[in-house]
Amino acid sequence: MLSWNRHQVARFLQTYAVLIMIVMLVFALSMLSDSFLTLRNLQNILNQNAPLAIMASAMTLVIIGGGFDLSVGAIFAVAGVTCAWVALHVDPYLGWMIAPVIGLSLGFINGVVITALNVHSFLATIATSLVFKGAAIVISDGRLIPVRIDVFTWVGRDKIGGIYIAVYLLLGFALALTFLLNRTTLGRKIFSVGGNEEAAILSGIRTNRIKITTFVIAGLAAGIAATISTSRISMGQANAGIGMELQAIAAVILGGTSIYGGVGAVWRSVAGVMLLALINNGFNILNADPFYRDLTTGLVILGAVGISAAGKRR
Amino acid sequence: MTGIEPSIRLRGVGKSFAGISVLRKIDLDIYPGEILGLVGENGAGKSTLGKIVGGYYAASEGTVEAFGSDVGVWSPKEALERGVAIMHQELQLVPELTVAENVFLGIEEHLHGVLARTEQSRLVPIVESTGFEIDPAAKITDLPIADRQKIEIMRALARDAKVIVMDEPTSSLTSDEADRLHVTMRNLRAAGGTIVYVSHFLENILQVCDRITVLRDGDLVRTAPASGETKESLVSAMLGGGKTELPFPERKELRMSRTLLDAKGLSSSNGTRNASLRIDAGEIVGLIGLVGSGRSEIARTLIGADDSTGGEMLLDGVQYDNRSLSESTKRGFVMVPEDRRKQGLIMTLRLSSNMTLPHLSTFASRFGWIEGRGERDKAQEVIGHFDIRPSDPNGNVMNLSGGNQQKVLLGKWFLKDPKVAILDEPSRGVDVGARQRIHEAIAELAGKGTGVLLISSEIEEILGLAHRAYLVSTGTVYDEVDPRETSVDEVLRALFHLQDDSSSSAGESVHNA
Repeated sequence: MLSWNRHQVARFLQTYAVLIMIVMLVFALSMLSDSFLTLRNLQNILNQNAPLAIMASAMTLVIIGGGFDLSVGAIFAVAGVTCAWVALHVDPYLGWMIAPVIGLSLGFINGVVITALNVHSFLATIATSLVFKGAAIVISDGRLIPVRIDVFTWVGRDKIGGIYIAVYLLLGFALALTFLLNRTTLGRKIFSVGGNEEAAILSGIRTNRIKITTFVIAGLAAGIAATISTSRISMGQANAGIGMELQAIAAVILGGTSIYGGVGAVWRSVAGVMLLALINNGFNILNADPFYRDLTTGLVILGAVGISAAGKRR
Repeated sequence: MTGIEPSIRLRGVGKSFAGISVLRKIDLDIYPGEILGLVGENGAGKSTLGKIVGGYYAASEGTVEAFGSDVGVWSPKEALERGVAIMHQELQLVPELTVAENVFLGIEEHLHGVLARTEQSRLVPIVESTGFEIDPAAKITDLPIADRQKIEIMRALARDAKVIVMDEPTSSLTSDEADRLHVTMRNLRAAGGTIVYVSHFLENILQVCDRITVLRDGDLVRTAPASGETKESLVSAMLGGGKTELPFPERKELRMSRTLLDAKGLSSSNGTRNASLRIDAGEIVGLIGLVGSGRSEIARTLIGADDSTGGEMLLDGVQYDNRSLSESTKRGFVMVPEDRRKQGLIMTLRLSSNMTLPHLSTFASRFGWIEGRGERDKAQEVIGHFDIRPSDPNGNVMNLSGGNQQKVLLGKWFLKDPKVAILDEPSRGVDVGARQRIHEAIAELAGKGTGVLLISSEIEEILGLAHRAYLVSTGTVYDEVDPRETSVDEVLRALFHLQDDSSSSAGESVHNA
């Protein structure tokens, strides 16, 4: 038997706590309800949470790079209403395409604001999120934009080979980011900027470019998520995406990515989203008192943050 | 010292971390009115022993007695209440508070929590007893590092500490400041105080200590009067087997004189003014100056870490005035920074990733895909070259000893033979063995044609390694010396002379002399 010191135990928990919690929850829910462990239910959970999971995957990169992006919810809203407006008035396919482009551009603006003004991303993205939210209201004129076009709903609702398209998009995006993070020079630089920015600068890395890139990716993810959601409900609305940034950050932290930067993995953030989703799903299928839902979710997040802090202490 | 009750008595003290024993069966008596030196290689356990005496660590085995009673498991706070204080390597001060407020932090006079604000007047007798020239109302952030050390000492005195453990107190001091610290230590001793002095500067230890305890691999080798020890006897006891510190590697004669770096009249907002210097291929050039003389700032101006405001520079014959760190790295002009934890290594990355960070493009395909195997192999090669232990390229840098971390940092920059390398304090805080290997590596690097600019607080190190050396003061280069024909004494005298009349004359270039 290996003897582990406290640090190693904390490190292990930080890495696998989210999986352990998921396994326990799946076990408990399948004991308590027959309708939980069905392919249909599980695929629904995945499908419904694909937009959030895509955003959490990208948020992982921002947080590993030492930043925070509180504007992805607002970017989601701008991209969503633009998507609906273009789909309705121009072309449904162009509507799909425009949202990721909008997201990417707004992410770029975030990155430039943060590096040019040299303010903490936390502060900068609170400000830009208000600007973006305002823009979403202006674009939609404060109204819902219903898109009653059949082809438009394909991305959000249809399946290929029995699996939702949104799930494919999530898998593809998460795998691409995992590859980028672990196997490319850009990924290595993101880890180094978050791990020790001064050392990264002294190693000849243009850290501002790296930071901007992480925010561009976060914006792109919010745009893709907006395409899926808008297509699914065939409706653009300016108040969509409210609170998604906090859910995404919570999922990343649940997954054990250090909020101090420099450490983390994309798959664990996706698992974090699924853990939050399972708690929700559990309340639904067990008909439990929904008054306790937020309370339970909050306690689970607190637990994860506690584990993360224990791993950080040396 | 027979008949006197010891202040601290250790019996059979051992300490282990996570099952690894770092100290074994230490018996030691420390008496009032003495300065006891603790020496040993890094990892020998001298810091750990100091921390056990100071209450920072609890002993895993054996007993610790302070003033005649067993202390059991105590904390630094309890130790302080019983008259034992510890000064850490990393100073523990609140930067936004004043000197006086820091000294009395936690023991302020107050009425039901409302501060009486008497700290400044209470500080006066302490300042008088130490002779420190320090403004009690100054904020810590505004003070040089050397002054911060004094505050730690005053803090201990404010709590009536009778035993003070000093862990590497001179590591950030100039030799002049270290001398002043030693005077203070002697004064404390004369007043009946006890000092445990942990240091790897053997000259300092020999100068001020009454007795010296030598540790090797967690065992106590001997405790003997300082009068009977020499630097050689201490080093051989530390290393075991009668080895002494090996001499510096031989200076290789320069085969060709090709100028790699030629800077004329550089100025910068960081305080560098009108600095000129030259580095040839295969040459080790020293930059000697007191702490605060602007040595590191000149280096930062050269490489482009700080913006230059004037002057011009040629790098390998090419005009290079619009400098940046990323451009310098691309051109093979690199700098090994002085603070390996803050500026050098990324503790969250594995060993191999730290080493390859500045050279990522060499290990990547066109689309930025890192070739894991090539990277690992190269890292393994550098690990072997520097004899880094443990030698696992996937290992965690955080868990390496200071000497091995320093080797990783040098390896990172030596990985692709640089054209010009600035080495800022390359052997600070490392053990004798690592220091030796680092010196050899520097000489080898220069032997391959790299131009090396060596910055070090240890003048011996520069005089031992460099072909030429510049004297630096107040941000500029004043003079050039031949290390082979110059003594530490002469250099120091010149530096203090420069510092005294630096205000009278601006920097004049001497590199064409």
